[in-house]
This record gives sequence, C-alpha cells and structure tokens, in this order.
Amino acid sequence: MDIGVKLAAPELTGAEIVIRCLQAEGVEYVFGYPGGAVLFIYDELFKQDKVKHILVRHEQGATHAADGYSRASEKVGVALVTSGPGVTNAVTGIATAYMDSVPMVIITGQVPTHAIGLDAFQEVDTVGITRPCVKHNFLVKDVRDLAFTIKKAFHIAQTGRPGPVLVDIPKDVTTAVCRFEYPETVAMRSYNPTVKGHPGQIKKALQLLLEAKRPMVYTGGGVVLSGAAAQLAKLVKLLGFPCTNTLMGLGGFPATDPLFLGMLGMHGTYQANMAMQHCDVLLAIGARFDDRVIGNPAHFGQVPRKIIHIDIDPSSISKRVKVDVPIVGNVPEVLEDLLKQLEGQLHKIDQQGLAAWWAQIELWKAKDCLRYDRGSRIIKPQFVIEKLYEVTGGDAFVTSDVGQHQMWAAQFYKFDRPRRWINSGGLGTMGFGLPAAMGVYLANPGSTVACVTGESSIQMCLQELSTCKQYRLPIKIVNLNNRYMGMVRQWQEFFHGNRYSESYMDALPDFVRLAEGYGHQGMLIDKPADVEPALREAFARKNDLVFMDFITDQTENVYPMIPGGKGISEMILAEDL
Amino acid sequence: MNAPAASPYTLPAVEAGRMRHIISILLENEAGALSRVAGLFSARGYNIESLTVAPTEDASLSRMTIVTIGSDNVIEQITKQLNKLIEVVKVVDLSEAAHIERELMLIKVRATGKDREEMKRMADIFRGRILDVTETTYTIELTGTGAKLDAFIEALDKTAILETVRTGASGIARGERVLRV
Repeated sequence: MDIGVKLAAPELTGAEIVIRCLQAEGVEYVFGYPGGAVLFIYDELFKQDKVKHILVRHEQGATHAADGYSRASEKVGVALVTSGPGVTNAVTGIATAYMDSVPMVIITGQVPTHAIGLDAFQEVDTVGITRPCVKHNFLVKDVRDLAFTIKKAFHIAQTGRPGPVLVDIPKDVTTAVCRFEYPETVAMRSYNPTVKGHPGQIKKALQLLLEAKRPMVYTGGGVVLSGAAAQLAKLVKLLGFPCTNTLMGLGGFPATDPLFLGMLGMHGTYQANMAMQHCDVLLAIGARFDDRVIGNPAHFGQVPRKIIHIDIDPSSISKRVKVDVPIVGNVPEVLEDLLKQLEGQLHKIDQQGLAAWWAQIELWKAKDCLRYDRGSRIIKPQFVIEKLYEVTGGDAFVTSDVGQHQMWAAQFYKFDRPRRWINSGGLGTMGFGLPAAMGVYLANPGSTVACVTGESSIQMCLQELSTCKQYRLPIKIVNLNNRYMGMVRQWQEFFHGNRYSESYMDALPDFVRLAEGYGHQGMLIDKPADVEPALREAFARKNDLVFMDFITDQTENVYPMIPGGKGISEMILAEDL
Repeated sequence: MNAPAASPYTLPAVEAGRMRHIISILLENEAGALSRVAGLFSARGYNIESLTVAPTEDASLSRMTIVTIGSDNVIEQITKQLNKLIEVVKVVDLSEAAHIERELMLIKVRATGKDREEMKRMADIFRGRILDVTETTYTIELTGTGAKLDAFIEALDKTAILETVRTGASGIARGERVLRV
C-alpha cells in the first residue's frame, strides 16, 4: 500500500484519532446520537470545535440528515451512532444511501473487543447486519489500524460508484493509545475504479448517434452524483435530441429546456415513455434501467433499438437490459471525450429524420398527460406543487418523503439544476424528507429548503422537529394531507377492488398544534384560494420552520401510471377512467 | 456391486442455457472476506455448487474457487458483482478456456466378506488410495474432476457408502495463463 504521511502526532487515544481524522478530511458536521460505546468519542468531540455535532432525536434521522447533507453538497455525509440499537436504528438510513449511491461514512460504536461474540449489552453484529447494504464496512480491532481505516473509508465512499461505508469501532479501541499518522494518499490493489471511457467504444457510440433517426437521451442519478450536468446540457443541445430524466436524475438536465420531455417511468410523462419505447438509438447516461423505468423488460425489448450505456459501475451495464455499446467510466470525462469526437461531425445528423421524430413527440405532448381538474373546490395536490414552484422561483431545495406527494413533486416542480431535488428513490424510505432537509439546509445555510411530504410519511421521523428547533433550521414543510397513505390507496383502488386495507390514516394529530408544541409555526389551509397566500407568507419567514398542513383531495390519483408487469407504452391516463 | 446400465461418467442433465462454471477469485486475506462473497451469492440468489478457499503463497492473498451453475447473463452478473467487492483483486471464469479441475474426496465404505475384494478393485480402477482399514470398512481417498468423483459414488452400491466428505473443486488455467496480482 502506498502511504504518504501528512499529519503525525505522538501518542493519541483511538477517540482522539477519530476526531483528528474527521478534521483532516474537512468534515464540517457530524450527525449523531451518543451512547455507551461512543462515550469517549463524544468526549473528544466536546473538547474541540472544528467538527460540529448535530444531535438528532433518532439514529434514523442522523443517517438521513447525513445523506441529505451529502446529496445537496458534493461532500461525504458523516454520521456517528452507538452500538446495538443505535446501529439497528441507523440501518434504514444506511440502506437508503446505499440504494441511491450516496457517499457517506458512518462511524458506529461497538462493545469492547474482548466482549464481541458474547452477547454483550447493546451488542449486535454490526458488520454482519450492514454487509448487504453498504458499499463496504470495517471492524477496527487494533487502534493502530484506525487512522488508515478511516482514510480508506472516505476514499471508498467517494470514488467509483459512491456509497455508504461503515467503520465499527469497539470501545476499548477508543481508549487504546498509539502513534497517530494520517496518510496523505491511499492506494488499494483490489480497488481501482475505471475513470476514463474506452476511446473505441466512444467512437462506436458516436457512430450510432449520428445515424439515428429517432434518438433519445435517458439520464439518471449518475449525472447528478458525478457533477456532469454542464457536459450533458452541452451534448444534448448540440445534438438537438430529446432528453428525459429518471426520478433520481431530475435537475441533471434543465426541466424548462424545450428538449426536455419530463421524467420517464412508472409515473413519468406520456411523451417521455412513448419516446423511450419507440426510439431507435438510446443513449443511457448514469442510469440503471430500473424496473420503475423499463416496465416489462420483454415488452421493452420488442422494439428493435441500439443502446449505448455510459456508467461508472460495470455491474449496472447489461444487468436488466442487454446493451450494444457499453462504456465504463466517469460520466463527465466520458461526455467530454464524446463532445471532442463530435466536433466537426454534427452535419452528419439526419435533420429531416429528427424533425419528423420531434413532430411525433409533439403529438404525444399534446395529450397533456399531467392535466388535472383546476376548477375543483377541494385543494388539488398538484396545484400546491405548482404554486410552490412559482413562489420559490423554481430555485428551492426540495426534499421529499415517499408516495403520491413525491411523484407530484417530481412531475410539477421543474428542476433546472442538479442537487436541488433530494428524495429516496431506490429504497423509497418514508420518513426521509424532514431529516434530509436538515442536512440540506446545513450544507446550504441561508437557502430556501422545502420538505414536500404526506401526513403518513411525516409521522415517521416527526421527532426531528426538535432538532430543527435546537439548530434553528427554517425548513418549510409542505404537508399534502389527504388522510390516506395515498400511493397504497391508489394501488388498492386500481388493483385490489377498492379494498382500502389499512391505508386510512386514522387519529391524525392537529399538525398545527404539534408544530407549535415543538416551538415552530403551523398553518392549516383547506381552500384553493388560500394556497398561494399561505405559501408566500410561509416562505417570507426566513428564520422560522413553518408546517403547512394542506387538506387535499382524497380521490386524486397519480397519472400517468404504468401498471406492474406492463410495458412503458401501456400507461393508464387520467382520461381512461 | 450393481452398477447402473449407463456409464457412470454421464454428466447430469443441466437446464437449457445454464452451464456449470468454475470461477476463480483472488482476494485480500482479510477477516470477513469469505462472508462477503457467500453473502453476495445468497443475497442475489446465485447458486453455489461448491466453494473452497485458502491462502496463496502470498499470505496477504486468498484464492477462492466457486462452482456455480447459471446462464451466460447470470454468470456475467456474478463476475461483475464479485469484481465490485472491495477486497476482490481479480476474478477469472476458468470455464472460458482450457483449465484443470481437481477435487479431493474421502469416502468411508462398508467392506465385508466378498465385497471387500470388489471394493479394492473399484478403488484401483478409479486410482483411489485406501488410507484406513478395519475389519468392516475401508476409507478411500480419491482425487479428480467433480465428474470422476460423482462417477465413483454412482458406481458403488448405495448401501455400501457410510460417509463422504468432499472439498469442492479447485481450478487452475492450462498453459501460461496465470491468475496473480
């Protein structure tokens, strides 16, 4: 292994080493919750002020907050929890980050090394439990391995396909003493992600793109994670091809650009899904052909097309859909190489074919698949999101929980910039929205942060309202309250004969009084005419957390919808019913 | 000894498109590495026919051999997912080219009366070695491909077999191709 030494010190305890390492990595915030196994680490945290600790009210909140912090900045989110129940509480947040490839380092306490495996107090097999939902994990049994392990953890978390890395530290390791040396670099013979795309493959890809009659650009979370929005915009505008984003990729390409067809997938727009189905050359960038996007793979494969797939993770390529030109590499670099090769070749594009393709797309757009009843006397959830977009100038950070409200936020808030839309796509974790918003605000102090949620989701991590009060985090909670677990109810309506089994939200609290009980502002809005004024008033309050409880139409469903097992062109539209 | 009519060397039928592959993995010799690989296979529903692992001449590296059955798509995914594991240094599908496969089996058989002579003959035919002898049993050591070991078991009368223990296949490429760091 290659080690260069930058920071060195005489004897330090393991706990001191942890803090020094975090300082060396430039960590600003640690989101955490103390406990027995991490007491010495907390002691060292207390004695310094470079690394600031944010005390949450549940370890799930710590991991979601570190996650939101990372998604809204380009940094590694850091969480610190204790052993046993601390770890198990954090698992949901860790798995959430894993599914969305978010760079995070989670430091967990563990019982002393001599007690491991003896069913000690607050002991769990942390490495065993988290193994399937982390990019990698370590159990540090010797204090002399600690600094190097933390260095490796940060390296693994943010290189290649990013992901959460867990470092489990037994309590006696935090008191053991050794010489401290923080390595300047780390080189691992078993881990060397490919960064540069193969030039021959890029050439082949270019060939296909220039010959295309009905091209389509399909981009996902990988564009956002790798910071490739600028290169993508340049490429798509040069080519003049239609572009769509997945749920995780929103903001990767400007939503207000005329080349943008809207989100695709299970609740994507009609035009995006139809274009995806009927294209003859598909350029997939930083997306993984997820089941929410492709629908029935056999149906998708019925239309002959050539697929180019650019991704940093070779295992994502040809996993669900066989592709013709795979390009493994870091997206911004590959796009730069593609742009270079494109120079002087643009005249080869079949402009007539492209014009005919756009004409077809315009016909699909004319379906106006996202329309809803604007004359309703009950508040329509889509209306709230549209007003939110207007009131915030389309420039807010928007976090979301999971369900119908999430889909409406994705459909109606037009994100022009990456890292503005923060939601749990892969795991679909309810409870993510509020703690993530805390991390988002701390990563962008002074900015406008909205949490779009539902009355079911918000109750899952509600206790974090207290964290928001303690650290003065002025999140604006947009609660689309339809008194139902909306998405579950929709499926029960469509596929289970209207048998609403356990999807009604009974015994809801008075959210306004609840918010006030936590020391925040609350508002109840139940008339459409009050929606915009309420939003304006709330967002004008720069220093307050405002909980807006919008009483919305219980019967609204998210359209379009691709039913399970159906192809992406077999969407249910609002007018069908 | 009642041998079945077909040759004991006939391979068992495999579902169309699914082939038997020997995958050889070089990985860091670190605690938990074996767990990680086994966990990967079970989590993603890949089949493990057999698995064997031991350190190499470089004590910091382990060599693992996994025999798995799957379609080409599945084998491609297995190889990619293995490469993704942080401790895995290199992965090779030995089945893609000429290779040597060997497995060791220790088998304890009942060898009494007139069957004793026949059992010794069987062991000789399969070039096995009798390592332990009692009045009623032989313990035989047999090495060879998985198919050869399967064939030996097939060739014996089921009631004669008291106990078998197998190591699982190890593999190495033929010729000058080498799996190293």
